[in-house]
Amino acid sequence: MTTDILQTVDWSRAQFAMTAIYHWLFVPLTLGLSFLIAIMETVWYRTGDEFWRRTTKFWMRLFGINFAIGVATGLILEFEFGTNWSNYSHFVGDIFGAPLAIEGIMAFFLESTFIAVMFFGWNKVSRGFHLTATWLTAVGANLSALWILVANAWMQDPVGCTFNLQTVRNEMTSFWDVLLSPTAINKFFHTVTSSFVLAALFVVGVSAWYLLRDRERRMASKSIAIASVFGFVFAVVAALTGDKSGAVIARVQPMKLAAMEALYDGAEGAPLTVVGILRPESQRAEGKDPFYFKIDIPKLLSIMSYRDAEAYVAGINDLIDGNPERGILSTQEKIERGRAAIAQLERYREAVKNDDRATTEEIEGLFDPATPEGKAFLADRFAYLGYGYLSSPEQAVPNVPLVFYAFRVMVGAGVFFILLLAVVWWLNRRDRLADKRWLLRLAIACIPLAYLSSQAGWIVAEVGRQPWAIQNLMPVNIAASDVPSGAVSTTFFLFLALFTALLAAELSIMFRQIKIGPKE
Amino acid sequence: METMTFLQHYWWLVISLLGALLVFLLFVQGGQSLIYGIGKTDEERTMLVNALGRKWETTFTTLVTFGGAFFASFPLFYSTSFGGAFYVWMLILFVFVIQAVAYEFRSKPHNVFGRKTYDLFLMLNGIAGPLLLGVAVATLFTGAHFTVDRLNIADLGGNTSISQWTTPWHGLEAVADPRNLALGLAVVFLSGTLGCQYFLNAVEDATLALRARRTMRTYAVLFLVFFLAFFVSLLFADGYAADPATGTISVEPRKYLHNLLEMPYVTAVLLAGVLSVLWSIVEGWRGNRKAIWFGGFGTVLAVLGLLLCAGWNRTAYYPSLADMQSSLTIANSSSSEFTLKVMSFVSLAIPVVLAYIWYAWRSLSRPPITREEMQGDDHKY
Ligand code: HDD
Ligand code: HEM
Ligand code: HEM
Repeated sequence: MTTDILQTVDWSRAQFAMTAIYHWLFVPLTLGLSFLIAIMETVWYRTGDEFWRRTTKFWMRLFGINFAIGVATGLILEFEFGTNWSNYSHFVGDIFGAPLAIEGIMAFFLESTFIAVMFFGWNKVSRGFHLTATWLTAVGANLSALWILVANAWMQDPVGCTFNLQTVRNEMTSFWDVLLSPTAINKFFHTVTSSFVLAALFVVGVSAWYLLRDRERRMASKSIAIASVFGFVFAVVAALTGDKSGAVIARVQPMKLAAMEALYDGAEGAPLTVVGILRPESQRAEGKDPFYFKIDIPKLLSIMSYRDAEAYVAGINDLIDGNPERGILSTQEKIERGRAAIAQLERYREAVKNDDRATTEEIEGLFDPATPEGKAFLADRFAYLGYGYLSSPEQAVPNVPLVFYAFRVMVGAGVFFILLLAVVWWLNRRDRLADKRWLLRLAIACIPLAYLSSQAGWIVAEVGRQPWAIQNLMPVNIAASDVPSGAVSTTFFLFLALFTALLAAELSIMFRQIKIGPKE
Repeated sequence: METMTFLQHYWWLVISLLGALLVFLLFVQGGQSLIYGIGKTDEERTMLVNALGRKWETTFTTLVTFGGAFFASFPLFYSTSFGGAFYVWMLILFVFVIQAVAYEFRSKPHNVFGRKTYDLFLMLNGIAGPLLLGVAVATLFTGAHFTVDRLNIADLGGNTSISQWTTPWHGLEAVADPRNLALGLAVVFLSGTLGCQYFLNAVEDATLALRARRTMRTYAVLFLVFFLAFFVSLLFADGYAADPATGTISVEPRKYLHNLLEMPYVTAVLLAGVLSVLWSIVEGWRGNRKAIWFGGFGTVLAVLGLLLCAGWNRTAYYPSLADMQSSLTIANSSSSEFTLKVMSFVSLAIPVVLAYIWYAWRSLSRPPITREEMQGDDHKY
């Protein structure tokens, strides 16, 4: 086992990342296209025009192909928390399990029941019931996004819980704090609205392909009319919620923010880097400029993070070495405090074994928030528990270049999409889109770009929070299951091969169906 | 009863109910395993696949929800069993992943691997799904090889894993116990039996109905053989009992028999379920379209009774063969009182969910599938 280059935890991370990335190839289209279809069907319901029924059914066919594989990839993610992150599942299952269960009960059934009506019900149920089913499918899909994102947000910002010494885990104390934390709210709105943008770009891009071929002109231009407005509006909302996410991160995950900006030395009135190229050796460049070159907007980072042009933004070096002036503890100090908390747990374990009542009571006092010693211990020691598992301060720094570039890809694409969708909408309205062949080609190219930026968003969010499985409380190396790395690597390759094969089939079917076009 | 104890029992009931519904819904898997056995032409197979294709998502979603609800209410089981019996759960996931795409992709042009491959996926899922789930459920009675120590997390420099598995087989060792295999096979044949009953109901075609009836007879007999083997061995088996005051676990001979005697209502549920399943077999034998109703209802009750017998009455529902005191009971593995309460409110939505599923199914299932419909369907697999 020890001869393996990668350890269980690395393979588990790779496996989780791989399956999440595959899942996320299909989910955003489901989230957005379901609403677009529902809008189209509503037009049919109102006008009774056969054209709209045909259009709805065409997009619905593509939706079905995408949906099936989205479901397939989601199943495995849910169970991976148990199979690959067993310690994690115990340590926070009391809180984290709840949204997953609610998701199943409240969202997945809604989605899977009404999707059957949507596909099989055309000739069996009334038009009104069918339309309702289509809307409920869209609502169900987006509700499932809500609950899983609440769960994910809680890992970034663990609120509404306390540690229970008897059960050695975190337990929920407020459901509303978990559900309504600013991290959760921003994450939800940013994720779903950005998914609406992706779906809109998908519809615009596929329609553009028809226009280029001079096929299905009416369907293409009517679809663009709906999708471009829908996409434009939500692209603006995605930018606003993304900006809001940045402000929340500044408070709860300062290291992630520093990594997003490759900001090594903190500053007041910090500038925002628009584009830049990092030196490869820039890891904690002592006094050296980490950039080959960059373009800044002065003070913007401070404004984005704290809504104040002069605000201080901490850099990676400040967070690692500490900055007493700004009241920032060094990571070494946090490691020691975390170890002190772990040491008490270790003492507790011995005392329980030896039935040493005096010691167990003493330690129970430390973990009791109702007493003054308890309050102090929890705030000064236990709050850093996770740091105690790190072997060096450097481990607290995520992969800076990956996070930095991914962030720029996402934001750059986001700004570009706003412009593009506005132009497409305008030209389509004036019926001049079909002659702008370069623009149509560009619109097609935006489909992969949308997927890329959406994945980039998750890379910012997930890679940026490393090494934490749960911010400050549990690093990933403690979260993993006790299985040999060979077992995880085997299943990693098994699922990689399977998902890749299924993706190939999906793409091939999808392209074929687009070529076939609407039927009847 | 104390609130916490009540909540733990309530949640074991919810989990058992979800598990019971799941086993019933495995009729989809049973049906899949018989697509080639019952359907001899492409058209016939398409009819069968379409009959199942309206239901498979519900089975799948029930599996997902069962997992999520188990996680939320008994997280220690989730982390111990899933992380420990790693290979078994991964295999289960694998056979469900391939199922999810098979329906949608099988008859679409340019699907790369060809219809036969997707039908093979359905077949694999149809046999291995129930088999593996049955084996996994059997370990709730027969036990597994693990140890649990929550404070391992303080073991800096040592092994910080809370739950550790003590065999290198990570779950595969379960097949070595014939009782596990017996239950696994019982579930396979039960789902096949129910699958035939479902075909009798959902497809209107004399040829297919005749074959479904014949197949059901064989499957039903095999089911009864394996189920009785498991059940009788269970009545004589030792179980682990937890002392209500200290939580200490000890061996109790014939624990499950005692449970049935001490909880007559559970026995009544179990018996009612078994009788209803038997009745459905009689009806299916005669070719009655309504057999699935008795079969489904009976399966839910029987599995519910079995699972309650595994977890209630101070029984360790996940006995550890490696370290008796590590065994999981509903008392030592549940979520906190607060979480269980929150989740109890959520569980009130379950009847609503069942109601709209019922309504949607009803509106889709009439009239039954015919050969004519297959010629001009909107969305057929
Ligand atoms: C509810 C929780 C949750 C959600 C919604 C997501 N992830 Fe995640 N992700 C995790 C929970 C998680 C995790 C279990 O906590 C991992 C595994 C190890 C780790 O550090 O975090 C993780 C790791 C992880 C990594 C590896 C990071 C690293 O090891 O450096 C990547 C690239 C992603 N995820 C990407 C994604 C994508 C593309 C998602 C979009 C669907 C996604 N995650 C959703
Ligand atoms: C680790 C995280 C995740 C887990 C464990 C997970 C789990 C699942 C599961 C089990 C399914 C199949 C449900 C069914 O039976 O119908 C599914 C599908 C789905 N999930 Fe996820 N999911 C994760 C991430 C996400 C995220 C981040 C989103 C959205 C923001 C999302 C949205 C959806 C949607 C819309 C579906 C419906 C099917 C489709 O993908 O087309 N999931 N997910
Ligand atoms: C235009 C301006 C945008 C800004 C300022 C922005 C900002 C952000 C930030 C700060 C995060 C990290 C959140 C976290 O770590 O918790 C994030 C995540 C994310 N972004 Fe964006 N984003 C923008 C546009 C887009 C676009 C166009 C897409 C996709 C089409 C997108 C998709 C995502 C996704 C999927 C995530 C992960 C989910 C989350 O953490 O919220 N974003 N974004």
